[in-house]
Parts: sequence; structure tokens; C-alpha cells
Amino acid sequence: MPINYFLILSAFLFCAGAYGVLARRNSVLVLMSVELMLNAVNINLIAFSAQAQDVAGQVFALFVITIAAAEVGIGLAIVLLIYRNLRSPDLDRVEQLKG
Amino acid sequence: MWEQQVAFWVIAVAMAGAAIGVVRANNVVHAALFLIVVFAGSAAQYILLLAEFVAWVQVLIYIGAIIVLFLFGVMLTRAPMREERGKLDNSQRLASAVVALFLFGVLAVFLIDAFGGTELRFRDSMVEVGSAASVGDSIFRQFVIPFEVVSMLLLAALVGAVALARRD
Amino acid sequence: MLDNVWIIPLIPAVSYLLILFFGKRMPKKGAEIGIAALGAAFVLACITAMQWIDKVEAAVSKEGGAATGLAALGRSVVAAATGAPEVEPVVRGVTWWENGPAKFEIGARVDGLVVMMLVVVTLISLLVHVYSTAYMHEDRRFTHYYAALSLFSASMLFMVISANLLQLMVGWELVGLCSFMLIGHWWEEKPNSNAALKAFLTTRTGDVGLMTGIIIVFFAAGSFDISVVNEYALSPEVNHGLMMWASVALMFGIMGKSGQFFLHTWLPDAMAGPTPVSALIHAATMVVAGVFLGARVYPVFWEGFSIGGGGLNMMAVVGGVTIIVGAALAFVQNDIKKVLAYSTVSQLGYMVMALGVGAWLGAVFHLFTHAFFKACLFLGAGSISHSATHHSFDMREMGGLRKPMPVTFWTFIVGTVALAGIFPFAGFWSKDEILATADQGDFRIFLVVGLIGAAMTAAYMTRCVYLTFFGQYRGHHHPHESTPAITVPLVILAVLSVVAGLLQSAPFEIKKFQEWFEQVGGLPKEMIIPEFDYGLAAISVSLATIVVGIAAFFVFRREEHGALKGLTQRNRVAHAGYRFLERKYYLDDLYEGVIVAGVKGPIARGSNWVNQYVIDGVVNAVGRGSARAGRWAYDVFDQEVVDGAVNDIGRETALAGGGMSKLQSGRLQRYALFLLASVGLIALAVYIVNVA
Repeated sequence: MPINYFLILSAFLFCAGAYGVLARRNSVLVLMSVELMLNAVNINLIAFSAQAQDVAGQVFALFVITIAAAEVGIGLAIVLLIYRNLRSPDLDRVEQLKG
Repeated sequence: MWEQQVAFWVIAVAMAGAAIGVVRANNVVHAALFLIVVFAGSAAQYILLLAEFVAWVQVLIYIGAIIVLFLFGVMLTRAPMREERGKLDNSQRLASAVVALFLFGVLAVFLIDAFGGTELRFRDSMVEVGSAASVGDSIFRQFVIPFEVVSMLLLAALVGAVALARRD
Repeated sequence: MLDNVWIIPLIPAVSYLLILFFGKRMPKKGAEIGIAALGAAFVLACITAMQWIDKVEAAVSKEGGAATGLAALGRSVVAAATGAPEVEPVVRGVTWWENGPAKFEIGARVDGLVVMMLVVVTLISLLVHVYSTAYMHEDRRFTHYYAALSLFSASMLFMVISANLLQLMVGWELVGLCSFMLIGHWWEEKPNSNAALKAFLTTRTGDVGLMTGIIIVFFAAGSFDISVVNEYALSPEVNHGLMMWASVALMFGIMGKSGQFFLHTWLPDAMAGPTPVSALIHAATMVVAGVFLGARVYPVFWEGFSIGGGGLNMMAVVGGVTIIVGAALAFVQNDIKKVLAYSTVSQLGYMVMALGVGAWLGAVFHLFTHAFFKACLFLGAGSISHSATHHSFDMREMGGLRKPMPVTFWTFIVGTVALAGIFPFAGFWSKDEILATADQGDFRIFLVVGLIGAAMTAAYMTRCVYLTFFGQYRGHHHPHESTPAITVPLVILAVLSVVAGLLQSAPFEIKKFQEWFEQVGGLPKEMIIPEFDYGLAAISVSLATIVVGIAAFFVFRREEHGALKGLTQRNRVAHAGYRFLERKYYLDDLYEGVIVAGVKGPIARGSNWVNQYVIDGVVNAVGRGSARAGRWAYDVFDQEVVDGAVNDIGRETALAGGGMSKLQSGRLQRYALFLLASVGLIALAVYIVNVA
């Protein structure tokens, strides 16, 4: 079974996630897209772990899962804060960085 | 070997469709449900790759915890449940699609170039590698310090989330 | 003790915490904890040294009398080759970080160099602790001072016993941090906190080199372990090019830490700290760290700079230049501590030069003896300011202190004589070791440099002693002798300044220092251990004595006729030279004016300012003609060319900035879009370049 099957599936999920991060207005959806990207990375890691027959890749996937969980926790807290301050979960109203 | 290939393609097509669903759905809750399909598909792929323990962790953490968090987020921000075309996307949708497709093209070219001929060969011994015993052994032997660091990170995230979200 | 040497740095480290948390509640405000801790550390260090010496002696006596027979053969005889058996260093370590295949250890290593440093550091630190009870009496932050002092000793000891370079770097940086804390101890005054910052930042500049060097060494030798690194550097399959770059990079670390020319400017400023701290920094902890590093991984430098081959190399040149530069600057200082500071710069130059000319033993021995007499001199200066001039270090306010302060006077004289290298005091033996090696190892030019430096040392120390202790008292206080807490350490150090050198006195057939402390497990076999050269010794001693005589003659005469006093006013050349030295070669102006201001201020104004400044300097030094030329250059070149160019650049930047500001929409997703698109494009470009 070619390893490329998994890698290209992973690349597809990653790019779909990237599209979501770029094009979604609702901040909860942006966070979901980020999760999609992280998940894509995990598939990569596991595939390489199988190829190298080494458990290290799986351990790293576990770390990524843990960090994704932490990231969602913080991310949703920030989304709530945005919602509370702007009365909307939309990201294009967050533009105070404008130069 | 062909059973594996068939299984891969069935799952992969479902995952790809669900992924597009996540980023194109006009309803936030539907997006979350599509995300469940992607996560479950990943877990299935892990099983195909003989990474049993990670697959179960994937189900527990992603589907069990993270999706629930997302649904809470949807509820707390009162996201629109009704379908309203285009409301959930911003103005740079087209440019985003171009960039994403371009990235996918670049990645695909690289991957085919780099791993074109590489075949995955599955052996019985790999079942052992993916078992909880082996993964746990590796975490607590070789990667114990990163493990501790991650536990600190989780603690910090916990405190940070509470500090950010509380009202005062 | 050889196996458990890690206890020694642990004691002061614990003491640091205890003082920090409980010091204020103690009857003596924490001083007693520090003194007890350092006392215990000193005792343990002595026990370690005894056990090491026992081990070496046992190995030697087993080998029989081979050593004595071969020692008579003269030059190019090395300890390892003299038949003295190699005593393996005692190394113990644990793995503290393991990530996949990479393993990092923390460990303690005991060998000759380490036990020597342990004893010196703990002894000087103990004496400084005792001394400070009197000197820092009633200080604003007495407890914090003692805490920092303990941490300072702990970090230095930690660095000394480190078994690998990574650990050494941690200790090295800790030492830098503590010196920052202590130099800036009286931070309420702006100059003090500036001096602390300067010391920190200047040494940090060198630390970049240290880090680079350690990384290069790691990739060359495949390990941070000092034994492995040294073995690799001496093995035939060593990569000479890598070792050379590593040596150059490490040399920058040494230059920063050990105050070598052109990174030496922080050292005199560091005099802003309390005097006992200066003594500690200069004798035992901070600045000798650089020399210690040089001695620690000596094979790297030996290979990198091809020291065995003679001729010129960066290490010897930097050391040699520093000797002369430091000694010359010591002449024009009026502050007694600054004289001593520049003298340290110059003496560190000796050590670095010694390493550069292959005199490993000489360098380490000089480090050993220098620790005693320099600590003695600094503590003496502190005693004077404490009891005679009310915390002033200006020598113009001293004078005639010989009578009221006999203990300080005599100990200071002993320190001075030892520093000047007069037989049979400590400095004579170590300096002679260096000079003899330079002579016999085809480094004649550095022999000359060393001799000139020795003569200059004798001269400026004579001036310093004269201004301080002879003539009339010029201050406005009532000088009296200091309390025993101050004089006892002085006497101990003075005694050591006399006898320390006898450990390695060839004419008396004593080579104990070499026997005990040269056993570091891996030094270049081709290293030269010089024969004692009576002629050279006679020359260096008589040179020093003659210079002392001449200098004394001049300063006495100046007292009577004012002949020398007017020299710099009357003679143009002498005046220019004096100004040049007084401005410290304009190095500080260069650093602060050009580098800091250039970075900080608008470049146009900065360059304009510097130009005017340089022109002024030219006016003073050369005269009117060149001033006119400078003015012309300023008008035409600066105003027209430079300013014009700067203004144009500014205008262009403003235009471009206006265009770019449209991209700053403030929308994160827009930024992310550009980011991902650029990543893809760059990846594609790299791919195309690599495939094509």
C-alpha cells in the first residue's frame, strides 16, 4: 500500500482546513477548521510511524492531540470574549490591528 | 492486501467529503457533525495503520471531548442555526479557495516527488508497536520530559481558559 | 569526597536560599549562614584536594623514579611523557534530559585543574565573606548582598566541576548574572546600575561566541562531554578547520569574560560594586572563568590554533596586546581600584597569552598565584577606603597611610611585590613559568611582550603604592587601622602571596604544582614544560627592580621638583599620549558613541556627531592643518553626500511605507491568506531551484 495515499489524504484535509481558516467568518467555524488541520498532521505522523516501524510518531500524535485539546479550550475562551465584547462571533469585526 | 485498499478508499472519500462539508456548511451545528465524521474516519485510518492506541485516544478526546466543547461554543455564542447562505463566510472566499487549491497542488507535487515509490509493508510485529503497552513505555521512558511539559501546558491552558472566560 | 564533589557547590547554593528566606531574622542578618557555608565548602574542597593528591602520589610512587630521571632531559618533556603516569579524572554523572536518541548529562568531574580551582574559589570566597562583615556593615541591603555572594560562589563552583560544556555554560551564565547583581548592588546611583548593565551586556556579547563555539565542538566531537571533546581534539582524525572555528568562537567568550582587549572595557567600570565583590570577581570567580574555559578544553585550542607549531595565533596575540594595553591604562588612573582593575586586565592577558604560547601550566599557575595577591590588593584598597578616606578610592586623597595603617601597608606591599614578580614572591614563579615557555617554544616575540608588561607592572604599582602610602596625607578624615575582620583576611592572603609560588619552584627541585594539578586527563603530549632558565629569571627580576627604582625616583622627584608633573602639560606628544590613555583608547567612546548611538538615534545625526567628535580628536592630536582638512571634509562630504543620501533614503521609505500600509487591513484572516500564499510560493520556488 503506497504511503502516498495517506499523505495526500492528509494534505487534502490540511488544505480544506486552511480554506476554512481563511474563508469562514464565524469564529467557532475557524476553530473547527484549525482542528481539521491538526488532525491532518496526525495522519501524517501515524503514517510515517508505520513506515519507520517506530513508536515515536504515535507518541507525537498523542502530544498533538493533547495540545489540540488545550488549544480548543483557550480558543473557545477567546471566542467567548470576542462575542461578549462585540456581541457577535464574527471575526471580520475584529480589526483593531488595522495600520 | 486489496481489502485494505478498499477500506482506505471508502474511508478516505467519506473523510474528504465531510471535510468539505465542515468548511462549506451553512449551519454551524452541521459543520460540527461533519467534523465528527472526519475525526471518526481518522481513527479508522489509524486502525488501518495498526496504531490501535492512538485510534482509541482519537475517539475519546476528539469525538468525546472536543466536539462537545465545540457544541458548547456554538450554544454560548448563539450562532445561527438556520441556514442562511453565505452568512458564515467572509468576503475573501474566492481568494481563499485559490490559495488552498494552490497549496494542495504544491503539497501533492512534493509528496509524489518525494515518496512516489514508497510502499508501506505491514508486519505482525507492528501490532505490538501500536499497542498501549508499547506507546506507554515509550512515553514514560524516552519522552518523559516532554510529557511533563505537556502536563504543565494543559494546566496553564486550564487556568488561562478560566481566567479569560470569567466575567468580572 | 572525590565521588561526591557535587556537594561543594550545593552548600553555598542552599546557603543562598537560606539567607534569602531567613537571613533577615538572623542575629547577624544572614552573614553567619554564608560564612558557615563557605567554611564548610572550603573544608570539603581541601579534603577533595588531599584525596586527589593522595591518588596522584600513589600513582607516582607506583611508577617509581622514572619521573625524576626524565625531567633532567630538558625541553620538550611533558608531564604525560615524563613517566608520571596519567591519573584518570573522576567523573560521575546522571542523565537529566533524554529525548529520543539525544541524551544530556549533568555531572561532576574531579581532576587536577578542578581541585585547584575548588580550593582557590572557596578560600577567596570565604575570606571575602568574612571581610564583608566589617566592610558592608550597616549596608542598605546587607542580607541580599550575602545571598548574592553565596550564589556567586555556588555558580562558580558549579561551573568548575562541570563534566560537560553545556553545564559549564549554565554555570558561566549564572556567574555573569550574579556579577551583574553584585556590581549593581548600589543601584540607586545611576553610574552603578549602568556599570552592571555594561558588564552584563559586554560579557553577553562574548557569550554569543561561547555558544557558537560549543555548538561547533558538539557537531565536531559528537558530544558535550569534556573528556570526549578533549580526546577528539587530540585524536588523529580531528577536523582541523572545525576546531579552528570553534577556537575562534570560544576565544570571543574568553575575551568577554576574562576582559581581553577589546571587550575589556566592562572590567574597570565594574569597580562600581562593593570592593569585596571586586576582589571576588577579579581573583576567583568571574574573570578567571574565561581562562578556566581555555584551560578546560585546551586541546581544542591547541589543535585549532596549531599552538604546537609556534609563531602567531589569535590567543597569544589577544593576550599579548591585552598585557600592554591594560598596563598602559593602569598608569593614568587616579582611582586605586581602577589601577588594580587594569592590572587585572593585564594579568589576565598574561594567562591568555600563556595558553596561546602553549604554557598551560604557566597559565593555570598564574591564575592560582594571581588569585591570592590580587585579592590581597583589592581587599587592601577596600581597607583603605573603609578606614581612611571614607569610601573614596581617589589616590589624590590618600598618601602617608604607611604609619596609621601598618597591617594594610605591609600586606599591600607584599601583594605589590608579588604582582610585580620579584623573587621569591608568588608572581615571580608563575610569570617566569610563562616566560620560559614562551622562550623555549619559539614564541620569542611574546617573551618580549611579557617582559615589557612585567616592567610596566612594576612601574604602575610603584606609582600606586607611592601615592597611597607615602608622602603627606591629603584627605580630610582620620585614618586608622581597620578591624580584625578586615586585617585577618589581608594577612592570610599576604602569606599565601609569598608561599603559593613555592609550589612550583624549579631551582629548589619542587614541582608539586605540576605533579598534582597537571593531571587533567588529556593534554597535548607535545606540550613543552620548560626548564628553569636562570638567565631569564635574572633578567625579569632585575628589569622589574630597575623599573621600580626608576619609577620611585621619578615620583619622589616629582614630589620635590614637580618635574614629571609638568611633562604632560609642556610636551605635546606626551600630552597626546596621556589623553589617549586617559580616554582609554577611545574604546568606550567608540562603543557608546558609534554603536549605541548609531543604533539608537537617527543615523544621520549619529554620523554627524561622530564625525565632529573624531575631528575634534584629530585637532587635539595633530594640529590645525588637519583640522582644516577635516572641516572641509565635513562640509563637503558629510553635509552634501551623507546627509543627502540619508534624506533621500528617508523619503523613499516614507513613500514605500504609504503603499504598504494598504496591506495592513487589521483583519487576521487577510494576513493568514498572505502568509499561506507566500509559504506556498516560497516552497514552490525552493523546489524549482533544487530540481532545476
